[in-house]
Amino acid sequence: MTDTLINIEGLNLWYNQTQTLKDVDVHIQPRSVTAIIGPSGCGKTTLLRCINRMIDLVPGTRVTGSIKIGDFDVYGRGVDVTAIRKRIGLVMQKPTTLPMSIFENVAYGPRLYGTRRKKDLQEVVERSLRTGGLWDEVKDRLKDPASRLSVGQQQRLCLARGLAVEPEVILFDEPTSALDPVSTVKFEQEIIKLKDKYTCVIVTHNIHQAMRIADHVLFVYLGELVEHGTAHQVLTSPREASTASYLGSGI
Amino acid sequence: MTKRKLNNIIFKSLTFGAAGLLVIILVAILSVITIKGMKAMSWELITSIPSGGFYLGGKGGIANAIVGSLYLGIGATILALIVSIPTVLYLRVYAAHWFASIIRTLLDILWGVPSIVFGAFGFALMILLGMKASLLAGTITVALFELPIMIRSIDEVVKMVPHELEEVSYALGATRFETAVKVIFRQSLPGVVTGSLLAFGRGIGDAASVLFTAGFTDNIPHSPMDAAATLPLAIFFQLGTPFDEVRQRAYGAALILMILVLAASLLARLLGAKFNRYTVK
Repeated sequence: MTDTLINIEGLNLWYNQTQTLKDVDVHIQPRSVTAIIGPSGCGKTTLLRCINRMIDLVPGTRVTGSIKIGDFDVYGRGVDVTAIRKRIGLVMQKPTTLPMSIFENVAYGPRLYGTRRKKDLQEVVERSLRTGGLWDEVKDRLKDPASRLSVGQQQRLCLARGLAVEPEVILFDEPTSALDPVSTVKFEQEIIKLKDKYTCVIVTHNIHQAMRIADHVLFVYLGELVEHGTAHQVLTSPREASTASYLGSGI
Repeated sequence: MTKRKLNNIIFKSLTFGAAGLLVIILVAILSVITIKGMKAMSWELITSIPSGGFYLGGKGGIANAIVGSLYLGIGATILALIVSIPTVLYLRVYAAHWFASIIRTLLDILWGVPSIVFGAFGFALMILLGMKASLLAGTITVALFELPIMIRSIDEVVKMVPHELEEVSYALGATRFETAVKVIFRQSLPGVVTGSLLAFGRGIGDAASVLFTAGFTDNIPHSPMDAAATLPLAIFFQLGTPFDEVRQRAYGAALILMILVLAASLLARLLGAKFNRYTVK
């Protein structure tokens, strides 16, 4: 595949006086799973949150450099963050349902973008829940409060909610760290299915998870992108010493 | 027995004593008002307005004060809600941290201001606007009095809404306004109900703020510009007479006021439970 979907060039980020991302250059391949790994506090989540500009919500941050999704300049002048976040979904670490029913959780995004007709909403809710692998478990209780679902189901609901606005990219920020092993496997299977259609970027602490689901791996250390390659190459024969030592301690 | 065990027993007795005393006081208030109030209770007391010589022991009831208090309490609470909800959402979603804490401090000060001061302010405002003591002036004054109570109690609930909920909404591309109304307000709804009814209870039971602003009349108000009687003032005027049966009716009025406030808090619990269904724990 030659077309690069996410193109990050010279990305720097300062949090007050501290530089937390240093000159990150990377092309993320479309329709694949890219895992960002690295020790705690290295800037993995920060890098992820730059992509959909959620980092804007943290006061005191300053970003230079560029991130492009195809031709679309995420940090371009006058870009509407709403439009960015419609194209780039985010599944957060802690499964967080909105205070409404299962149906309304998934319909939340489409409603924001003007879908009003009941029939259209039902269609998009069903499609998203199917893609998120939750439909069969909830189809008879769509009106139940979302908070009654198990934690694993809640995380798949979060995924379905993100899918409902039809993004091109889905970002995952340690999506399985709150889940039990069985739910984790189920969730990983959903991610693997998604890469036929979506570009997935996942931050993970779990190197085994990266092995199971990632096509490409980025190793970030102290705010720098140390190594980038296919999952097989980075995880089994890293080129850099710091990658090797992280993998050595992590496995 | 070791000293530590003894300390534990003493501490337990003291805490139990304090809690027990509270229960005794509450039961005492409720039973005195109920026993004394029941003696005066009659259909006539609730449904009719005072006839001539009512305050000297003549016939009639306090329907004027019941209706006046309900108009005033409900009106003021609605008025205060209209201001409170946007304020609270502004503090959470838009306000800079330092500005929000200034506003909160000011509201805490206002909360501590005695209601007679609100009454005096309302009176001055009334004169300035060339109004007479009326249901409208009273409602506005009571609304002012309720505002800090309502805003700060709802604010405490809104402050507790987890940040992740907000983030989820922003991550889907929602604006701050959409997030405030559809997520934060929705999650805080049980707290909004409790806060409003708390403020309603305080408002309907306050005498000093309506003393000069709502006036007092033996008639049921028919327009916002009419003077309105209120239960706290009905208690005040009747308790101040030398006649036993009039004083007894004051307890009747107190009992009705108490029942209204209890009903409001019961309603708050019911509605709170209903709105709790969808909130995220």
